[in-house]
Amino acid sequence: MVNAFTSSIGHFNYWASVLLMTSGIYIVLSRGNLIKKIIGLNLFQVSVFMLFISMGKVTGGTAPILTGRHEIFSNPLPHVLILTAIVVGVATTAIGLALVVRIKYAYGTIEEDEILALDLAREQMDARAQ
Amino acid sequence: MIIRIQNLFPVVMLSGAFSLLSAALFVSMDAVDVAFTEAAVGAGIATVLYLSAISLTGAIEKPPSGSRAIPLLVMTGLAAMLLYGTADMPAYGDANAPAHIHLMPEYITGTRTQIGIPNIVSSILASYRGFDTLGETGVIFTAGAGVLLLLRRGRPRRELANQGGNE
Repeated sequence: MVNAFTSSIGHFNYWASVLLMTSGIYIVLSRGNLIKKIIGLNLFQVSVFMLFISMGKVTGGTAPILTGRHEIFSNPLPHVLILTAIVVGVATTAIGLALVVRIKYAYGTIEEDEILALDLAREQMDARAQ
Repeated sequence: MIIRIQNLFPVVMLSGAFSLLSAALFVSMDAVDVAFTEAAVGAGIATVLYLSAISLTGAIEKPPSGSRAIPLLVMTGLAAMLLYGTADMPAYGDANAPAHIHLMPEYITGTRTQIGIPNIVSSILASYRGFDTLGETGVIFTAGAGVLLLLRRGRPRRELANQGGNE
């Protein structure tokens, strides 16, 4: 029982990541607004960042900077990977938002169901024209 | 809150605040470099991008249509699988986790003897994993070029006429 309790405390970082990740997925799946979907994807992304950084933590360690006063460091490799991932994530967010703006210009709306209805209407018109 | 609010402006503000909060969490997990990148890029630039996007597309979201059952089902299924997967993971802060005993001591001593700068994160970023960083730069360049191409062609006519002078 005690063993199960300590192991569950030791895994709370994974659980927080899972919670954030599933919230992000839920937003992406259940909301029709494209900007809201991108925000959901962002939430998903941050959950992955949390997962990596929390796996890099070493109890009693400090930030991985060689000052000469500390000998135990947290693992710097996840930090490097996530540094890259944050910047790339913002770049992809920018692309996504640019696509949303283009969709707004082309369709006049950014709600998924309205876009699908417009597409359907256009297909039916094309079929009738032939 | 981020999920439920339908006016997108507070949603964007909340996600900015969340980003700042996660930066504070990164500091507490010893990742100071990641924290200030997240604070500057995640809370700063991303929020500005969202705000400019909603100023172009409108800030009111339609109420969600369709049933919630399928997303909730997917969500709980995924959560159950992931939680099952975490059972075998090393505990938080465990110094003997496989990620810490392979390759990491080499990076730390190598930074001291071969690179000679105090910040291990910078030495890995720019030296040991320099090609990753080069690839990242390529991705950012591609993204910037893509955004420019996407937004330049598609402006409505009247805006083009307004801004024709400064391009």
